[in-house]
Amino acid sequence: MRCRALLFILVFGVLPNTAAAQIKIGIAEALTGNASQYGVAIRKGFELAAGEIASSGGINGQKLELVIEDEQGKKEEAINVFKKLIFQDKVLLLFGPTLSNSAQAADPVAQAAKVVVFGTSNTADGITSIGNYVFRNSVTEADILPATLKVAAQKTGLSKVAVLYGNDDIFTRSSYDNFKKALQDLKIGVTTTETFAKGDVDFKPQLTKIKGTNPDAIVLSALVAEGAPIMVQARQLGITLPFVGGNGMNSPRVFELARDHSDNLWVGSPWSVESSAPENKRFVAAYQKAHGALPDQFAAQAYDAMYIAAQAMRKLKFAANLDADRRALRDALPAVQWSGATGPFKFRQATGRDGKPAGYDAVQTAIVMVTKRNQYVIQK
Amino acid sequence: MLAQQIINGLSLGGVYALFALGFTLVFGVLNVINLAHGAIFMIGAYAALHAVLVFHVSLLPAIFVAALVTGGAGWILDKLIFAPLRASRAPHLAPMIATIGVSICVTSLIEGYFGSENLRFPLDTLPSSTLTLASVQVNWLDVKIIVLALLLMGGMLWVIRHSSTGRALRALAESPKAAALLGVNVGGLFLATSVIASILGGVSGVLIALYTNSVFPHMGQPMLHKGIAVVIIGGMGDVRGALIGGFFLGFAEVLTIAYIGSNMRDAVAFGLLFSVLLLRPAGLFGQAPQRRA
Repeated sequence: MRCRALLFILVFGVLPNTAAAQIKIGIAEALTGNASQYGVAIRKGFELAAGEIASSGGINGQKLELVIEDEQGKKEEAINVFKKLIFQDKVLLLFGPTLSNSAQAADPVAQAAKVVVFGTSNTADGITSIGNYVFRNSVTEADILPATLKVAAQKTGLSKVAVLYGNDDIFTRSSYDNFKKALQDLKIGVTTTETFAKGDVDFKPQLTKIKGTNPDAIVLSALVAEGAPIMVQARQLGITLPFVGGNGMNSPRVFELARDHSDNLWVGSPWSVESSAPENKRFVAAYQKAHGALPDQFAAQAYDAMYIAAQAMRKLKFAANLDADRRALRDALPAVQWSGATGPFKFRQATGRDGKPAGYDAVQTAIVMVTKRNQYVIQK
Repeated sequence: MLAQQIINGLSLGGVYALFALGFTLVFGVLNVINLAHGAIFMIGAYAALHAVLVFHVSLLPAIFVAALVTGGAGWILDKLIFAPLRASRAPHLAPMIATIGVSICVTSLIEGYFGSENLRFPLDTLPSSTLTLASVQVNWLDVKIIVLALLLMGGMLWVIRHSSTGRALRALAESPKAAALLGVNVGGLFLATSVIASILGGVSGVLIALYTNSVFPHMGQPMLHKGIAVVIIGGMGDVRGALIGGFFLGFAEVLTIAYIGSNMRDAVAFGLLFSVLLLRPAGLFGQAPQRRA
C-alpha cells in the first residue's frame, strides 16, 4: 500500500513537506476496485477545482497541495489512509471516502483527531451524526425523493401510485423506505406494492397486477439493469403511466437499455449536465476540455466541495499550530454558502446519536427531470 | 387480468421449458448435471448480439450464428471435459464440478471482454408488434417463444421415440456398455448429444435475450437455478417433463404474484417443487428404476 501511495505522489507531482506556504489537503477516494468508477470521477473533480483555484491566486496567496490516496472502497483501507493523511502527512482537512460504508468506519478516526472530514459522495443516513467534524455536500435520497414525488404529483396530478422495488438489494430497499415515507408525508395512496429480485428478467406478472389496480403512476426503486427492462415490458403491456424513479434510475444508461420506451420517467438529482446555470456551464466546459468527456454527478459534487472548503480557508488566519488551524477551519466551514455546478448550497447541522448537534449535511434543491425522446428534460 | 396473466404464464413457462430441454437431455443421456448450461445459454445470446451488431445480419441468421457458436462450445465441452472424464471412469460428481469451473471461467472471460453491463439488441431487429385481443396484449415474440418451445420438444420426442438415433440414444441412456456391444457408436452419440443440447441452450439464450431485451454475463445464473427446478419437477432426463415442468413453474410464479404477492413468488414456487418431490420423488414423469432419454 505504501508503494501505491508513493506512486500517486510521483504521478501527481506532490511531495510532502515542501515549502511552508502551502495548504495540505488530504484526498482519500476509491481509485481502484469496484467503487473506482465513482472515486476516479471524484478525483478529477477535485483536481479541476484545485487547478482553477491555484491559477486564480490560490488561498490568499498560499498554494493548495493535494495529497491523494487510494482507499480502494474498503473500510479497513480507508481507516489506514485516514491515519496516514492525518498523522503523517499532517493535512489541514480530509476529503472522502467514496462509499458510505467506508465513511461509517473511517470518519470516527478524523473526528477523534479533530480534523474536518468532508464527504462528497456519502448518502447513507447517520454519517454526519458521527460528530461535529464530519461534513458532506452530497444530498441524500431522503431529501431528493420527496422533491421528485412532489414535482411529479404537481405536473401529472397523480394521487395514487403502485410501488415496484427490488427487495434483495440494500440500495433499492433503502430507496424504497424513503419513497414509502415520502408517499405517507405527501398523502399519496398506494394501490399495491410489488417486488422483484436481482437477476429477474420477466416482470410482466407484477406489471399486469399493477395495471389491474389502476394507479396514476408507478414508483420504481430499481437499478438500471432491472429498471430499464421493467419500463420496456410495461410499455409492451400497454401501460403508459409515468414512472417515478429513485437515484438508481438516474442514469443515461436508461436511454440505451430502454430506448424508445424510456419516456415519462421522473427522477431527481442534485446535479444535471443539462442545468443551464452559468457556474455549471463553466464547469462542464472546463471538465470536457481537461478530460474529453462529459462529467458526472460525482465529479460535480467534488468540484463544488473543493470550492466550499476554499471559501472557509480564505477566512482563516493561519497560525504555526496545526491543531489550532484545523479547529479554526471547522468553525469557519458551517457558515459557507456557495453557488457552484450543483446550484445554491449551504450546510445544515445534523443531530448526533446522543441527540446533540453533530456534523453538517447539505441543503440543496433537487433538480427534477423527466425523460422525453431519450433525454432528460428539467422540470421547474 | 387473469387472461393476461395466463399469457404471461405461458410465455414465461415456454422460456423455462426451452432452457430445461438441453439441460435435461445432457442429464438423460450423458448422466451429467451440466452446470455450464447457463454459461452456454449466455454465450448464445452474446453470439447473436455480436452477429447483429458487427455483421448487421437480421435475427434468423443471428440465431443460426448462435447455434453454430454454442454447438462448437458443446463440442469443446465434450472433448475437453466429458470424454476424458468418461474415459477415466471419474465418479459422478467430477463432471458436475468441472462444469462449475467451466461456467465461472467462461462468465469471467465474457465479463472481461464485453464488460459486465447490460447490452441490448438494436430496436429495429426486434419484432415489436403486439396483438391486442380484448384487454390482453400478446407480443409476437411471446407467441414465437411458446410455439418454438413446443415445436422443438415435439421434434425431440419424435426423434427419441421413432428414429433409429432415438433408439440408440435410449439404449445409451440405459447402459453405455450394452449399447456399445450392440454396435452403437457410443463416443459419437455422446458428442452429438452434448452439441445438440448446447445448441438448444444457445438458441434459448437468444430467445430469452430478445424477450427481455438484455444481455449480460451473469444472465445464465438465475436461469440455471430455475432450470434445475424445472428438470427436477418434470423428472430428471425426461423431455416431456422439461415441457410440463417449465410451464408448471411459469404458472406457479405468475399466479403467486397475481393472487398472493410478489414477495412470496420464489417461496411458493419452490415450496411447490418441494411438495412435488415429497409426493413423487422422481418428479412428475420420472420413474426411479428406469431412465429415459
